[in-house]
Amino acid sequence: MFLTISTTGTPEHPATDLGFLLHKHPDKAQVFSTAHGTAHVFYPEAGEERCTAALLLEVDPVALVRRGKGKGRGGAPDSALAQYVNDRPYAASSLLAVALSGVFGTAMRGICHTRPERAAQPLPLRIEVPAVPARGGADLVRKLFEPMGWQVTADPVALDPGFPEWGESRYVSLTLEGELRLEAALRHLYVLLPVLDDAKHYWVAPDEVDKLLRAGEGWLEDHPEQKLITARYLSRRWSLARRALERLELARLAETDDTEAEELDNAVDEAVDTEERPVPLAVQRREAILGELRDSGAARVLDLGCGQGQLVGELLKDVRFTEVVGVDVSVRALTVAARRLRLDRMGPRQADRVTLLQGSLAYTDSRLKGYDAAVLSEVIEHLDLPRLPALEYAVFGAARPRTVVVTTPNVEYNVRWETLPAGHSRHSDHRFEWTRTEFRTWAEAVADRHGYTVAYTPVGPDDPEVGPPTQLATFTRKEAAA
Amino acid sequence: MTTRTLGVPDLSLVVLIGTTGSGKSTFGRKHFRPTEVISSDFCRGLVSDDENDQSASRDAFDVLHYIAGKRLAAGRLTVVDATNVQQEARRQLVALAREHDVLPVAIVLDVPEKVCAERNARKPDRKDMPAHVIPRQRRELRRGLRGLEREGFRKVHVLRGVEEVDAAEITLERRFNDLRHLTGPFDIIGDIHGCASELETLLAKLGYADGAHPDGRTAVFVGDLVDRGPDTPGVLRRVMGMVAAGTALCVPGNHENKLGRWLKGRKVQHTHGLAESIEQLEREDDTFRDEVRTFVDGLVSHYVLDGGNLVVCHAGLPEKFHGRTSGRVRGHALYGDTTGETDEFGLPVRYPWAEDYRGRAAVVYGHTPVPQASWLNNTICLDTGAVFGGKLTALRWPERELVDVPAEQVWYEPVKPLATEAPGGADGRPLDLADVLGIGVSPARAKPRAWGSIVETRHMGRLAVREENAAAALEVMSRFAVDPRVLMYLPPTMAPTATSDVEGYLEHPAEAFAAYRADGVREVVCEEKHMGSRAVALVTRDGDGRFGAGALHTRTGRPFFDDAELTGRFLDRVRAAVTGAGLWEELDTDWLLLDAELLPWSLKATGLLRHQYAAVGAAARAVFPGALGALEAAQARGVDTGGLLARQRDRSADADAFTEAYRRYCWTTEGLEGVQLAPFQLLASEGRSHAGVPHDRQLAWLDRLVEADGSGLLRRTGRLFVDTSDEASVAAGVDWWLKLTASGGEGMVVKPLAALVRNADGRLVQPGVKCRGREYLRIIYGPEYTRPDNLARLRQRFLGHKRSLAQREYALGLESLDRLADGEPLWRVHEAVFAVLALESEPVDPRL
Repeated sequence: MFLTISTTGTPEHPATDLGFLLHKHPDKAQVFSTAHGTAHVFYPEAGEERCTAALLLEVDPVALVRRGKGKGRGGAPDSALAQYVNDRPYAASSLLAVALSGVFGTAMRGICHTRPERAAQPLPLRIEVPAVPARGGADLVRKLFEPMGWQVTADPVALDPGFPEWGESRYVSLTLEGELRLEAALRHLYVLLPVLDDAKHYWVAPDEVDKLLRAGEGWLEDHPEQKLITARYLSRRWSLARRALERLELARLAETDDTEAEELDNAVDEAVDTEERPVPLAVQRREAILGELRDSGAARVLDLGCGQGQLVGELLKDVRFTEVVGVDVSVRALTVAARRLRLDRMGPRQADRVTLLQGSLAYTDSRLKGYDAAVLSEVIEHLDLPRLPALEYAVFGAARPRTVVVTTPNVEYNVRWETLPAGHSRHSDHRFEWTRTEFRTWAEAVADRHGYTVAYTPVGPDDPEVGPPTQLATFTRKEAAA
Repeated sequence: MTTRTLGVPDLSLVVLIGTTGSGKSTFGRKHFRPTEVISSDFCRGLVSDDENDQSASRDAFDVLHYIAGKRLAAGRLTVVDATNVQQEARRQLVALAREHDVLPVAIVLDVPEKVCAERNARKPDRKDMPAHVIPRQRRELRRGLRGLEREGFRKVHVLRGVEEVDAAEITLERRFNDLRHLTGPFDIIGDIHGCASELETLLAKLGYADGAHPDGRTAVFVGDLVDRGPDTPGVLRRVMGMVAAGTALCVPGNHENKLGRWLKGRKVQHTHGLAESIEQLEREDDTFRDEVRTFVDGLVSHYVLDGGNLVVCHAGLPEKFHGRTSGRVRGHALYGDTTGETDEFGLPVRYPWAEDYRGRAAVVYGHTPVPQASWLNNTICLDTGAVFGGKLTALRWPERELVDVPAEQVWYEPVKPLATEAPGGADGRPLDLADVLGIGVSPARAKPRAWGSIVETRHMGRLAVREENAAAALEVMSRFAVDPRVLMYLPPTMAPTATSDVEGYLEHPAEAFAAYRADGVREVVCEEKHMGSRAVALVTRDGDGRFGAGALHTRTGRPFFDDAELTGRFLDRVRAAVTGAGLWEELDTDWLLLDAELLPWSLKATGLLRHQYAAVGAAARAVFPGALGALEAAQARGVDTGGLLARQRDRSADADAFTEAYRRYCWTTEGLEGVQLAPFQLLASEGRSHAGVPHDRQLAWLDRLVEADGSGLLRRTGRLFVDTSDEASVAAGVDWWLKLTASGGEGMVVKPLAALVRNADGRLVQPGVKCRGREYLRIIYGPEYTRPDNLARLRQRFLGHKRSLAQREYALGLESLDRLADGEPLWRVHEAVFAVLALESEPVDPRL
């Protein structure tokens, strides 16, 4: 990975002063050892009019993978870093940011005893970073650097010229030009390179907050993208730890199949569905379900496909539900649910009412027999249609609760979502979305096969033309209805 | 004094009854194995460190009942050594015996108080026992003695006095239903219902002459001989004669049970065809009716036959009842399990017990008329409604062949039409979670129990699946995999060859040949390794068979294409090739299971290519021109940059070589245009696993497929046969690999020619090792792995776990194919398939 810093000068203020400001002599190539390889500083040009310093970090790709893990077990914390095929030796990431602060630490603090007046003044600067991994693309790069007065040129790099259909890579070739103090420029790079990369090679420790405040002094306070910068700089901590603890088995299965871990491990979508920002429809849906359950007189309830446990939490608030069992196939979803419900801090009486289980509706499960009611909220559409009969039998044929509440999106309503492009489903993992007729055809066939009656309730605004956004069916076992 | 022999059924709960000091423990030690006897004193010691601490009795008996329950559930004779003089104590034990469907047996040691007191006085820990204890216990004992049978003990032995106790001997009696020593062969015959003529025809067809088979076969009747049909006495005469002659066995049906009650003079409703039997039997004489009554009275509810592999009963029986003896078992065997509901014809709704059945023994039964007998989870119903105008069916065991004769007419109008499917339905029911997570699935509210399971394999014994791996597999299997009914196999992982010392190489075929030579394998085949994605194709001859339209799935069971229509067209092309090659006829099958590589790699790995492989190339291409230019400029200025410029030039060249390496496995496809399938093993066809077929024969089959393929889909696999003991042959193998990889090939797989091979120690040898090309490995170990200092470090890799994993997954793969070939139920195949997926999530260096 590589970057250059250039400035221009005049006979009175020669460009070679850059050497004093950086504390690195223009006529020497210097070598520094850093945690992940060797940093080299050299000057491809050093004249009065123009002077360019280059920082080149030679990353040791083998050491990157082998650092700090058990013998032959492939147990690195982050699966991306466990790969030998890794962009880190080439792309400007947090490794380069760390090298930057190590090699130019003094300059970054604005200290220059030989040319103090130059350090305190803005210089005409041109910074080139040929391979910047930018999650968010060239647009974000401009949004991040322009507020500090940089003129930004960010050219996307093609993934592979041999395969133009693959499109652009996440890298941009970046050039920054502007009149800025050198120490400020270095601090911008130090913070924003890792932010653009949106990944860090080290475990984020609490002192990162202090580092960010120091490096962000004078520019981050009023930066319009302050939220994004802070979140990306700091919030990876939790997700890194999570990856390490919860996803390894799944990640390995993805790897086995030449797919990415995210493709299999998508059961939890924390960005969309969090308690802090409740989606109104989700709230209405939960209220509708609770209403149906109360009407049915159920006390012992299964939430099949409980996800992050929002409905389980609502059920626990009502004492008439004496036993609530949340079932999900995703271990990660259950872990998140347990954390959100604060299961470990719950009093014993409350805790006795709730159980979270890993289970699968593709199989019958004797543990699920004998309950009053079961909820399948936004679950069926996550199954491939050919596998739906298995779920149907597991719930209606084998578990056979007295009441079953099923909700699923009404695809007709999708035209009313302004943000949803035509023909798109509401969630990338939806294997199908049904019209009202399709849902009722299915529900009636299920009721008929398994001895249930079925009734429908709209959830959300019931549009006269396309119906409600969510459709809900309540099944009641026939011999129980009497 | 003469010896007195006490009969004890070999599976029973023996309750010793006697006051303290009566010699129960001595008696137990003398007649039973130490592990068979559980004493209350011992349990008191377990919970309180003091065998005489009476305050610990409550907990001690909890422990005693728990242990006894576990033993009885496992089918083990158990003896309870406690005073048991109180009725309440005995009631609990009788209940425990009933719960596990075994017979409770009482053995009373009625020894004079004086003897007991003397014995206690000699024991240091009992000498302080209050004097009133023994008289009180003896009073209680005496009071209970006469009511023991009424309390539920099926056998009561009372030994009076020291002499009788000392002279007693125990004989273990075989249970009536335990005929495991009889191995047949058997002809099991379904519900007859008075169809005497059909029975005679069937017996003749089976080869019986006058009730005996020339080859000494034994007929077994599943009950419901009587009622409804035209000649119940004729059927009874034939069956009773055969049973008396020892050429047949018979279990009772519900109709015999009811007839028996009528014969004993009880009041029963003359419904469901009993009226016909009564009318026919009233024409017989008293002697015959007496014989029938004795015969029916003596029928045993079910039989366990053929070493425990076969259970015959009338209405089906869950595994926990096999070989057990209780009223509940008898009721179940005669009437089956009903849900308590009635259907629209007013008949009881029968619980589909066979769906849940997971036992090892085949259960053959009748009771519920079905149009055609068929296997479900190792059970089969033979009632094909002869009396209703269907047919009379027999099953030959162990051949598992069905023999039937049509009914001569409709003898009796059925209340409802014959069901279209056997109880339990077609095999289309979903599997149970316990099938894949082992027996550890406990009720939702019970304390969490470790999951994970053990799969019994014929080639590697018991293989364990751990909980966290099962959990990951459950998620992938449930959310992404194809239907388990078409998921018959997942390919095992493959270990690479041992790390090479040859300069510049991490892997080299010399190691592979040497390893097989060391395992005593002389003939190996080198097969070209196609760089694509692993795919398993289940190809069907037409869409109507058990596997429908077939399947094309990845190594984790996901459908290869999202588009079902594309999958259909893909399989059409393979089907046409199989037809063209004449393999349907040659293998006498309607389906084939192929292990293959699907090309190009870019087809499925697009996401990975874009985010990882191509991205690395792109970053390198972006960064090096500038960096090299800057270094050249600095050098031109006279700055000494050491070897940095040269090193960066090398790195840049390595990155270019990397890009070239992955590009070879990418090409653009449109629909099926450009898609190729390179099959390398024909895994199975109807009734057969081909995993043991030598690879030369395998490749000959596959070559015929490729030749017969007119669509350009199928791709031939290059191969070279090598003799590991012949230096020239080994050298030729190395050359072949060098040539293959120099032109961009991924490498090759070296396999023992004989496919399924064991070494001198009897262990399975690796079914194949991969030997990957020098350039290909850049996409595994990174662009710069060939640099000497990198290579030196990368050579320190650890293959042990990967090899073990490869072997275990191989054994599980073989197991699923064998189970499929043997026609085992779906859950048995799925268990092995699921285990392969679970093992794939074990932590092993992913680059191996």
